[in-house]
Amino acid sequence: MSAVSMALDSSLVDIGSIHDVPQRGARCVKKGELTIAIFRTAEDQFFALEDKCPHKNGPLSQGIVHDGCVTCPLHNWVISLKTGQAQGADEGATKTYTVIVRDERLLLDLEELS
Amino acid sequence: MSKQKLVVIGNGMAPGRMLEHLLELAPDQYEITIFNAEPRVNYDRIMLSPVLSGEKDYEEIIIHGDGWYINNNITLYKGHKVVDIDREAQTVTSEHGVVESYDKLVIATGSNPFIIPVPGHDLAGVLSYRDLDDVTAMMLAAQARDKAVVIGGGLLGLEAAAGLQARGMDVTVVHLMPTLMERQLDPSAGYLLQRELESRGIKVKTSANTKQILGDKKVTGLELDDGEIIDCSLVVMAVGIRPSTWLADNAGLEIERGIKVDPQMRTSDPNILSVGECAQVVGQVYGLVAPLYEMARIAAHTLSGDDSQEFVHLDTATKLKVTGIDLFSVGDFAEGEDRDEIVLRDANAGIYKRVILKDEKIIGAVLYGETADGAWYNDLKKKATDISEMRDTLIFGQAYQGGAAMDPMAAVAALPDDAEICGCNGICKSQIVGAINEKGLTSLDEVRAHTKASASCGTCTGLVEQLMALTLGDDFDPDAEKSMCPCTDLGHGDVRRLIKAKSLKTIPAVMQELEWKTSCGCAKCRPALNYYLVCDWPDEYADDYQSRFINERVHANIQKDGTYSVVPRMWGGMTSSKELRAIADVVDKFEIPSVKVTGGQRIDMLGIKKEDLPAVWADLGKAGFVSGQAYAKGLRTVKTCVGSDWCRFGTQDSTGLGIKLEKFMWGSWTPAKLKLAVSGCPRNCAEATCKDIGIICVDSGYEIHFAGAAGLDIKGTEILGNVSTENEALEHVVALAQMYREQGFYLERIYKWAARIGLDEIRSQIMDNEERRQEYFDRFVFSQKFAQVDPWSERVSGKDKHEFKPMAALQLEAAE
Ligand code: SRM
Ligand SMILES: Cc1cc2nc3c(=O)[nH]c(=O)nc-3n(C[C@H](O)[C@H](O)[C@H](O)COP(=O)(O)OP(=O)(O)OC[C@H]3O[C@@H](n4cnc5c(N)ncnc54)[C@H](O)[C@@H]3O)c2cc1C
Ligand code: SF4
Ligand code: FES
Repeated sequence: MSAVSMALDSSLVDIGSIHDVPQRGARCVKKGELTIAIFRTAEDQFFALEDKCPHKNGPLSQGIVHDGCVTCPLHNWVISLKTGQAQGADEGATKTYTVIVRDERLLLDLEELS
Repeated sequence: MSKQKLVVIGNGMAPGRMLEHLLELAPDQYEITIFNAEPRVNYDRIMLSPVLSGEKDYEEIIIHGDGWYINNNITLYKGHKVVDIDREAQTVTSEHGVVESYDKLVIATGSNPFIIPVPGHDLAGVLSYRDLDDVTAMMLAAQARDKAVVIGGGLLGLEAAAGLQARGMDVTVVHLMPTLMERQLDPSAGYLLQRELESRGIKVKTSANTKQILGDKKVTGLELDDGEIIDCSLVVMAVGIRPSTWLADNAGLEIERGIKVDPQMRTSDPNILSVGECAQVVGQVYGLVAPLYEMARIAAHTLSGDDSQEFVHLDTATKLKVTGIDLFSVGDFAEGEDRDEIVLRDANAGIYKRVILKDEKIIGAVLYGETADGAWYNDLKKKATDISEMRDTLIFGQAYQGGAAMDPMAAVAALPDDAEICGCNGICKSQIVGAINEKGLTSLDEVRAHTKASASCGTCTGLVEQLMALTLGDDFDPDAEKSMCPCTDLGHGDVRRLIKAKSLKTIPAVMQELEWKTSCGCAKCRPALNYYLVCDWPDEYADDYQSRFINERVHANIQKDGTYSVVPRMWGGMTSSKELRAIADVVDKFEIPSVKVTGGQRIDMLGIKKEDLPAVWADLGKAGFVSGQAYAKGLRTVKTCVGSDWCRFGTQDSTGLGIKLEKFMWGSWTPAKLKLAVSGCPRNCAEATCKDIGIICVDSGYEIHFAGAAGLDIKGTEILGNVSTENEALEHVVALAQMYREQGFYLERIYKWAARIGLDEIRSQIMDNEERRQEYFDRFVFSQKFAQVDPWSERVSGKDKHEFKPMAALQLEAAE
């Protein structure tokens, strides 16, 4: 392992196994007031977004996951999991975080969260 | 180079458009700050009338959402009125004390509605018609379904009158002049318009001057000059607007009717520009968006350092946005020595057309009842075409030029490339056709998004659709069965048929075999497919929870703050002290903030945290409750009245039948929600005649109703037929529900399905064909074997545990 990733490692935290998150679904991670939604797509890609829709703070973790996006459960905005950007005519973005998958474990970077 | 500072005062339609142009022309030149006295983003003010009449929501008329400002790095001060401009220091100050400095300033303060200073003009209940707050106030006032008077029979006044009437008010329009909309219509057209409004129940008083508005603290009536008193609780003044110039005036800028600007939109101070209704350019002020959008375009050029653009006066055509009334007027239509006119009247059809000519050229046109040729006349007028050749047929319209009559499509085809189609946005035919061809647009929404045509007031939608049909040929079919969603070209009907025909039993199989265009569908098609598969293969299909909307996934209703509400079944609306006590205990134990009796005869507990749901259900389950499926596209409530058990008029045991139906049918999934009711006699206290399926008990038995609606639409039920015993009633209702389950499109309520299939077809299958009825009944019973599982008890025993708990809770780090 290179020196750089070693250094980064110190701020990584294990939040669970990839099997804890259903395909085309999401689970939440809480840190104080902050809730982060961890999404898993049909192709087993993982994404982490703040669990807040840019429209009216709808809980994105409760939405339907499809094609790299999630549809917000409150008023159907479609948010890209990769960029956090609202799709189509809607405008706004949700904060995204890095999730690292290593040996079937999911890791978040604490430094990014603080 | 550091950015210059641009400050904009007012966030209406004109500066909004200006900034769009400016961000395109010179994206990095300015750091932009906007002050807006209204506490909101930029919305389509023109569309307030459809909001008032209930045809649109505020959300649908927003032009720039909050995200747009964020993405373009624009600071928007909402609810900040600017009260001072200091031209020496180059700063502006808002009423809340915010001070911003500018290199360039744009004043776009619009206009203020004019209030006639009659006695009583300041009573509560006197409103103007300018912004969303006015509309909200009118909507609130209309809830009283009382009487309203609109002062002013111009464009705004009539739109307000029509909107208030649509909201259930009894409306009188009081107009000073002898005919309505006299600035846009000649007396003949004004008369036809008045007749049309009166036939819709709106009273019109012309040549009527308001003497005073009556009332102590609140409006109670209005008195006219001739002494007549009209009772009313709401007065809307729509008598005109005045450019809002006081701010510019205080700053010492040159003012006449509006803020004077040169053809590049600069005021007498070269660092200050002005656009919109407040600006006076080439001697004119304007009150329609088309010229304001032109000002916006020019101001953007000027701000970007390009002085080459000049404002030139153009007549704007007027249309009234009241559904079902077609009128069009443009240019000058006064009579005069040097003018000629051609008039066509068709009294029966209510059509009036008048074209005004000067030196064999069109200078104005007024059309009522049939306005399709408006664009054509406007085009001839703009180009000053000599019409002597076609004078004899001119009034019949474009279709009659060149011999044979043309159909509307041919008429659109014959329009020249530069004919204006969308007046609001100044979009001509070739721009629309060009965008369709270059960008491969196929839907009206796409054309709106790319060209803005038909995106403002919407009156040109028909023309735009004809242009699309012309350009796309067979590829454009507005009546075609709409595809389910962008993931497929197939409609719901095709998909349902093919699922059966090809025995498709999983979502991936459907997507593969029917050539879905996306890898895993979208939030529209996945829930639909999941329902079709649940319905068609009840024993084989494994319900895909990730394709269900959250409410159906966690068996509770999500609320706006992310908490949930829980509604247990109360069979037929009956409850007991034991049940009520159990509910009370749950409410106390989980500190549930709200308890409400629903419109469906049961109790809703609102504001429950997601993590608490399983425990709440466990406690409710112990008291014998099951889920009320208040969230489901499935059987909801069965409302009943007390019936023969107690009521002196009850003919049958309506409560008992309701409970039987609910116990038989609960848990079943349906295309859209399904609500039932049973009333004990035709007095109908359970409101059975507006339900999806309703039963009215009568002496001789049971009258079965269906296809009612009392939600977004209101519609009384249709009668399916009469039966004499309770068991027959149950059998018929269940068979009907199964027929609907098998044929309905996802989210299609039973009344819409019935309209599509035909009432007679449904009656003949359910009432007359015993064998068919029995088959439907049996299939329903079979599917209930798999559906009637209480989802709450399942989850209490551990199903889908992951749904209700966070996967990790990270510790907050202690401060170092
Ligand atoms: C709770 C309740 C209001 C109340 O406090 O009384 C209610 C609450 C909601 N209704 Fe309703 N409706 C309620 C009775 C009704 C009724 C009256 C009735 O059932 O007799 C109607 C008119 C009849 C009808 O069904 O059309 C009604 C017509 C609607 C509609 C319009 C449906 C339509 O097709 O026209 C919607 C919107 C929709 O379903 O898309 C809706 C949607 C909703 C939703 C689910 C909105 C949403 O998506 O979040 C609300 C859920 C709130 C919650 O979490 O509890 N609600 N809703 C009522 C629950 C009844 C029950 O016990 O199950
Ligand atoms: C009900 C209705 C229907 C209409 N229908 C049509 C139609 O069919 N076709 C058509 O072409 N036109 C129509 N119009 C007219 C059209 O909406 C207006 O011409 C246009 O919106 C004016 O744009 P503007 O930017 O000049 O001003 P506005 O949109 O009025 O915006 C001015 C904004 O500036 C703010 N403001 C004012 N003073 C200050 C200050 N000191 N500090 C900060 N902010 C300030 C105001 O709060 C306001 O939000 C209609 C108007 C109404 C009200
Ligand atoms: S009417 Fe129904 S949908 Fe509308 S706010 Fe009330 S509960 Fe919600
Ligand atoms: S909160 Fe997400 S769409 Fe409204």
